[in-house]
Amino acid sequence: MDANELLRIDKLRVEFPSRRGTFVAVDALDLDVARGEIHGLVGESGAGKSTVGNAIMGLLEPPGRITGGEIRLNGKRIDAMDAAAMRMLRGRKVGMIFQDPLTSLNPLLTVEQQLVETMMLHLQVDHAAASRQAVELLDQVGIPRPGERVKQYPHQFSGGMRQRVVIALALCSNPDLIIADEPTTALDVSIQSQILDLIKSLCRERSLGVILITHDIGVIAETTDRVAVMYRARVVERGATAKVLHAPEHEYTRALISAVPRPDVRLHRFPVVSYIEDGGEARGPIDISGHWLGRFDASERHRGELARIEGVSMNFTLRRSMFPSRRTFFTAVDDVSFQVGAGEVFGLVGESGSGKSTVARIIAGIHHPSAGRLLYAGTDLTAQRLAGARRSHQRHIQMIFQDPFSSLNPRMRVRNIIAEPMLFHRLVASRAEASEVVDDLLEHVGLGREAGVKFPHEFSGGQRQRISIARALATRPRLLICDEPTSALDVSIQAQILNLLKDLQQELELTMLFISHDLPVIRQMCDRVGVMQNGKLLEVAPTEQLFEQPQHAHTRELMRLMPRLHALAPPQAVGASA
Amino acid sequence: MLMFVLRRLAHAVAVMLVVALVAFTLFQYVGDPVVGLVGQDTGEKEREELREELGLNDPVVLQFARFVYRAAQADFGISYRQKRPVTELFVKRIPATLELSLMSALFALFVGIPLGVHSGLHRRSWTAKLAQSTALVGISLPPFLVGILLIYLFAVVLGVLPSSGRGDTVQIGPWSTGLLTLSGLKSLILPTITLGLFQMTLIMRLVRAEMLEVLRSDYIKFARARGLPDRAVHYRHALKNSLVPVITITGLQLGSIIAFAIITETVFQWPGMGFLFIQAVAAVDIPVMAAYLVLVALLFVLINMVVDVLYYVIDPRLRVQAAPGGRAHG
Amino acid sequence: MAEASRQPAPPRGWFARALDSDVFHSFYTSPVTVIAALVTLAFFFVAIFAHWIAPHDTFDLATISIMDSELPPAWLDGGDPRFFLGTDDQGRDLLSAIMYGMRLSLLVGFASVLFAALIGVSVGLVSGYLGGTLDDVLMRIADVQLSFPAILIALLVDGITKGLFLGQASEVLSIFVVVVSIAISTWPQYARTVRASTMVEKSKEYVQAVQVIGLPPWLIVLRHVLPNVLGPVLVIATINLAIAIIIEATLSFLGVGIPPTQPSMGTLIRIGNNFLFSGIWWITFFPALALAVLVLAVNMLGDWIRDVLNPKLR
Repeated sequence: MDANELLRIDKLRVEFPSRRGTFVAVDALDLDVARGEIHGLVGESGAGKSTVGNAIMGLLEPPGRITGGEIRLNGKRIDAMDAAAMRMLRGRKVGMIFQDPLTSLNPLLTVEQQLVETMMLHLQVDHAAASRQAVELLDQVGIPRPGERVKQYPHQFSGGMRQRVVIALALCSNPDLIIADEPTTALDVSIQSQILDLIKSLCRERSLGVILITHDIGVIAETTDRVAVMYRARVVERGATAKVLHAPEHEYTRALISAVPRPDVRLHRFPVVSYIEDGGEARGPIDISGHWLGRFDASERHRGELARIEGVSMNFTLRRSMFPSRRTFFTAVDDVSFQVGAGEVFGLVGESGSGKSTVARIIAGIHHPSAGRLLYAGTDLTAQRLAGARRSHQRHIQMIFQDPFSSLNPRMRVRNIIAEPMLFHRLVASRAEASEVVDDLLEHVGLGREAGVKFPHEFSGGQRQRISIARALATRPRLLICDEPTSALDVSIQAQILNLLKDLQQELELTMLFISHDLPVIRQMCDRVGVMQNGKLLEVAPTEQLFEQPQHAHTRELMRLMPRLHALAPPQAVGASA
Repeated sequence: MLMFVLRRLAHAVAVMLVVALVAFTLFQYVGDPVVGLVGQDTGEKEREELREELGLNDPVVLQFARFVYRAAQADFGISYRQKRPVTELFVKRIPATLELSLMSALFALFVGIPLGVHSGLHRRSWTAKLAQSTALVGISLPPFLVGILLIYLFAVVLGVLPSSGRGDTVQIGPWSTGLLTLSGLKSLILPTITLGLFQMTLIMRLVRAEMLEVLRSDYIKFARARGLPDRAVHYRHALKNSLVPVITITGLQLGSIIAFAIITETVFQWPGMGFLFIQAVAAVDIPVMAAYLVLVALLFVLINMVVDVLYYVIDPRLRVQAAPGGRAHG
Repeated sequence: MAEASRQPAPPRGWFARALDSDVFHSFYTSPVTVIAALVTLAFFFVAIFAHWIAPHDTFDLATISIMDSELPPAWLDGGDPRFFLGTDDQGRDLLSAIMYGMRLSLLVGFASVLFAALIGVSVGLVSGYLGGTLDDVLMRIADVQLSFPAILIALLVDGITKGLFLGQASEVLSIFVVVVSIAISTWPQYARTVRASTMVEKSKEYVQAVQVIGLPPWLIVLRHVLPNVLGPVLVIATINLAIAIIIEATLSFLGVGIPPTQPSMGTLIRIGNNFLFSGIWWITFFPALALAVLVLAVNMLGDWIRDVLNPKLR
């Protein structure tokens, strides 16, 4: 055994028995981590990576249990230890960081109290000494004015700062090994890189071993020394990060890396990842000339500018009051103007809170702007709030939402969800015709007509987004707004959905407004892009121009924060179709 | 902090006014005050004079204002049934009700909270299951039934405790208390259990549910991940967080004990406000009903205010402003 | 970040799926719940068919004779086999009286729950979806009412109506008044819960999606929001059923509920209370037992429904 080796896992097997049979979460897993090394564990959801972390800590949710293999820490077996011994191990030898800093900290205790209690438990120091060390620790994790802030409550820290506190808490008892389970997923991109840098420097300084669990290949590329790729409870490939990412051997790894959107070059389509199941059925392209979706009259064919917003602002009331002077507002959108041409894909990019989603909702008609105009095909839609004219134009603007789990009514069957818009707007002559069109749409989004009788919960996230797309198409829209449609999906599924959107946009001659925080995705999808920050539109440019020569400082900052993925293998077609 | 208290105060005053309005409406439109005050053979002219004297011909708003003014001075007129000033009737009985309510509240809290914590922490132990079953039975038995049962068991069959009344009381200033005599204490036992049982089971179930909810939260998981022992996790982290919502509900429940006392007092012939109220309802004695309403509302409002302040003190999220920004994309 | 990989399941008829579901499983593996359900069912049965299966019609004054009063249950000394559980002070057969009383309790219970739910759900939907000043006002009212216990409000409403009609109310009116007073005192709970759920659903994207499609608010609320907020309503309804039955019994016990010509179980208990000390225990005991068992069964069912609908508590 290598003297530097900290953790060794051999053939680990974790099972979750249930009424319906035993679910194997982790199978025959081998892993080893050395001091001073950051080892990545990457995979999509359901692969079992979090379970590995929980198993090492002895924190498996019942009825889960370890049914095979060994876990050794510094040579000693820890998987078979009793509860009391395991408890001593936690915190003292192995620390864990969870994903959401908001819920990881007890809201009723100050940071100092939470730090001190942990330190007094593990380090045998008295209260005064623990308090001093707490302040030092906060300083080491990069929290300004630590002496002051140590006495504050968790909710007084912003997200990034809170995660630093969580890291401090995990480190305060000087463990040898840290398990970080998606530590940056809940944070903004700019903060994400800071936290990752912090983890890297702490790892080197203290000679810690770190297991970094994530689904994000970009994070792996920038932070880890070695990586193990998990798929369906097994490790399919392992090795030095540079090698695995650049020259992957296993088919799944190759497929996974191909599906990652590249920031440096625009592809025509994402290579389809058919190794991974649930890839949607094969679909034929829609021939618009004969299809129901192509049945629009001359007034609906547009050339040139299709939609335009002028000087639009949106204020949300934070605090209502009878006295106007005491009301406080939050300006989500501040004097934004841009236009979208017929047939083009316009992207809006920005971090959270930049206002891009609000702009989308204003255009879609969910919010009425506090100021400004929205013109569609020359008609001012903001002037007529609920009038019939707005209604008839409204149906031409449809939207696809971000969260596949809340964007479909759980109590309605899929076919009713899709049929509802066309029946409401009387776009079909009868229920029978609606039924036919629904079946057809389901085929065209890659779900197949049998999907109609089922309920949303019977489908996975990617499939639900397909249903949402079908629903959005059911009013024969001309302008399709996509609000972060793939942010909640695994990378491989994202590629499929984005391909579908691209295909539909071309086949149906749709105009699209594509909202995202993910720059590489924007680069792949859009013709022109607008950058937003704090409610203001900073610059608008054609995609290639924006990426090659960003003008505004914030845009340049966002470009700088994009993950460097040159290390990755170039995208290639994997599997049957290309 | 000041703003907070002021807002609660304004809210309280608003509620009181609404209640006063309801009470006033009772006076105006339910039954005729004159009919209640005079005998059947009083002449029409005398009735008219009485009306004039009572100011019943003045505009409604004026009458309401007068009503509020008098109510603020605890003057509710004369009871129809007993022909004595309402305030006098109440003053004698308030201590009885308050004492009973207080003892019941203490019983409910000191038995309910520990039981709830225990069944939350040790869900699967047999003691927890026993406590839960008892709670279920406790909620299913109407309070008056419990009272009757207890009377039958302890007063009729065993004969060890009195079945009605307060026993001997000691007068301290305006307050008469039964806590200082043996017979007074013995008389308190059964009514206290009767009144407190329902509340106790409610509190127990609530505390248990909260504990279970809190024990699943992420920060508990993180605390365990840091190696904190169960004792610290349960009592320092989980308990404190569970009690915050429990406090509000408990406060409201305590308020309702005073109202539930109506039933208990009836069963045990306890000379309190509640018993008075029931008799008033049966006899449509409006002044007494109105007075009870206002008085009870006042008590509720006071209790609610105390609970609000307590909540404010305990939960730091209400006291200090949160920091902005940094939240997740998506 | 959730993308659970699913094993495709073979399609089956809904009955087979229902039997296999977690809900049904938790039902038949909990013997307590099964017993509770059976008991409740039995009581329902008795209540609905009281008129046909009760051995005596306690309202037909011709069949009641004061000579038969205060007879003990049939298996004791002095008992009469005609009156299985004994008779009350008027000579009414206790068993039949309990059956009719059960029917009354269940009738009042269900009616008041239905009423309260109707008012509460409507208010909650409107308040939660529209928000603004309307929401503020409605919730203020609900809040004020919530701070007063139901029993008090029920007493007040009941007392006031009696006062208005100067005690000349007919029986049917009396029952109606009890139902309404219980409903008035319990609607705020539904309103608060439905409002909270409505606000949650409103922020969900499927509601926004139908807004974008162009559906008018009333249609959105009825077709999309309502079915999704009914879950918690069911839970509250079962709890409130038990509470309604208790309140009705309490009101009758206190003498301000259903008049004694059509006795509910509370009234019977009250009547029997006067006889406890003289050793005539059955007039109070049997109605009390029936009442307690009924409420217990309803509560147990309610508990089970609550646990099933809240997967987190497992």
